[in-house]
Formats: sequence, structure tokens, C-alpha cells
Amino acid sequence: MNNLVEIVNLTKKYGTNVAVNHLTVSLPKGKIIGLLGPNGSGKTTLIKMLNGLLTPTEGTILIDGNNVGPATKSKVAYLPDRTYLTMNQTIREILDYFQDFYADFSRERAEEMLKSLGIDPTVKMRTLSKGTKEKVQLILVMSRNASLYILDEPIAGVDPAARDYILRTIINNYNPEATVLISTHLIEDVEQVLDEVIFMRYGQLVLYTSVDNIREEKGKSVDAYFREVFAC
Amino acid sequence: MAWELDADRPIYAQLVERIQREIVSGKYQPGEKLPSVRDLAAVAAVNPNTVQKAFAELERSGLIMTQRTSGRTVTEDTELISNTREKLAAGHMRSFIDNMQELGYDTGEIRELLAKMQSRETGDSGKQSREAENK
Repeated sequence: MNNLVEIVNLTKKYGTNVAVNHLTVSLPKGKIIGLLGPNGSGKTTLIKMLNGLLTPTEGTILIDGNNVGPATKSKVAYLPDRTYLTMNQTIREILDYFQDFYADFSRERAEEMLKSLGIDPTVKMRTLSKGTKEKVQLILVMSRNASLYILDEPIAGVDPAARDYILRTIINNYNPEATVLISTHLIEDVEQVLDEVIFMRYGQLVLYTSVDNIREEKGKSVDAYFREVFAC
Repeated sequence: MAWELDADRPIYAQLVERIQREIVSGKYQPGEKLPSVRDLAAVAAVNPNTVQKAFAELERSGLIMTQRTSGRTVTEDTELISNTREKLAAGHMRSFIDNMQELGYDTGEIRELLAKMQSRETGDSGKQSREAENK
């Protein structure tokens, strides 16, 4: 089986509001995939269901053949759109915590990345700027040897130089067995590192194709094409 | 520094062009080892699968070969390299001539302009080297 994630007929309703609407899609192994869509298209709801933080109203998700649960959580590294780290802890304490919690966490890799970004591991999270907090969080996530990395808006709050570093980190950690799913509005900045893109609207799949296909067929960037498809 | 790539053309095709240029210009010599997919992806800041696709395309054209033990190398077929170079040059010449004709120059005038520019350039560089000598 070459697919890492199998999503069938997935639906999530909040009361009468349908956030994800009968979505069926398979994600292969070894790809970097952009999850793109306007605000309220269901991206974060989908991501939360992949992580077991929300229960589907209907439909199924299989990750590496397993239903979402403890077995999949040990293989999925998730960067949420807001932080869950304790602000009173130092970075070093958080590293201890991750090392304890995740069997696949590489402390060495995390320390190396902190060092190359000039982040002092002895300081408390509270003292860091917003962008630096985001960098620390991404480093923690990318230091796991997961099968699926899910990054919800990984570059939104950081400066352009750090963006490049983050994208390079994603490329450098590339592993043919793992897939990276990146949700973002900053398409222009990431499209060069993506294999494939998923366009979502009203909780449904609009398009699932490769970046080079869009460029070849439409003669424009994914960013320009997105603006055309979702023009308001 | 990430490679400058156009946003509206397939990335793999631009990687193919760039590596072709580096081979025909001699930056990579015949038989020389090429960087690994991972290294090149990191340098260019592009997806490793895209680099893989570009390499596959270059292999199909014969410009690079996969060695079983030591990664990829540039072909030692210097005739193929110079043919590729001529083909690329012909493409540039064609678009240059098309652009000039759009400005209303005929081929005779284009040739004159080229000669004029060339003599100006050699004149300049001659002047520079004399200045360097005087210092």
C-alpha cells in the first residue's frame, strides 16, 4: 500500500454548520503536500480530525492502516495553529518533556536546530518573541521521526529569513517514507517546496494535483491560480 | 542562497535548464560527480522529488548518468555536450533575433549593431587593462 492516509466520506458538522463535507482523499507516502483554501474552508477541522482532537460526524480516517487513536498519534507530528507549550518552562525542560513523551524524538536534531537559529535553550518560553516561540515549536515537531507531519500555518508569524530556514528544515528532514501536510495562506512562499496541492472549499475537495501540473497546464503559479479559483 | 526560479513555469523544467547550462558551460566537467538529490534540493530550496524528476529527465537525454555506487555523473560524451550547447545557443539566438525584428531591425542592421557593440566592449576592456597597468 502506497497511501499513508485514507480519508473516506469524512464529514464534520458543528450543529447545522457543515465544516467538512463528505471528503474523500488519499495522501501518498513521501510527499510534501500543501493544504490550501480560503478561510473557513475546513482545513483546520480536517487537521484536527487527523490528530484525533475532533471526532468525525461521519466517515473514516486511516493513517498507515490504523484508525485515529494512540497508534496513529505516535506517528503523527502536529504543529497546531496556536501554542500549547507551558510558558513557565525553559526550552530545555520542554526538550526533556518531548524526549520522555515521544519515542521518535531526536534531541540531538532539536538542539542542533536551536543552535543554528541562535536560540538559548536555558530561557523560559515566556521570554521569547512570538516568532521565536513559533520557531521553537516547529523545531520540536520536526525533530520527531514521524510518518506524517501536519503543520498548520508554520510560517505565518516569522520573518522572511526564518521562513527560508523553516522551509529548508522541512526539505532537509525529507524522508521518502514520510509525508508532510502544510496548511498555509502564504502559498507563494511555500509552493517551491511542495509536490502536490489540495484546494478545499466549503469542506469539499476542489482540486488535488501537482504544483508542476498547475504551472504546466495553466501557465501560472499556484499562488496566481489560487487567486483565480477563489476570487471573491 | 535559493535559486531564482520563475513562478509560472514548472520547477523541474527550470532545474533541467539550469543543470544543462552548468554542464555545457563547463561548471560541471565531463565525468564529474553531481551533487546528491538531497543536497541539491537544499541548495536550490526546492522539493527533493522535483530534483529527482529533473535528474530523470537529464538521464533520458543522456547528459547525466547514474553510477550504481557513486551517485550521478556528467556524461563523458563531449560531442553530446557540445551538441546540447549549440542547441541551447540556437534557441537564444532565435529569440534574440525575434526580439530585434520586433523592434524593426533587419538582419543586416542587427549584425552592424553587434559589431559596433563588440568593438566598444573590447575598447573598454583595453582601456581598463591599461589603467590597471598604470597603477
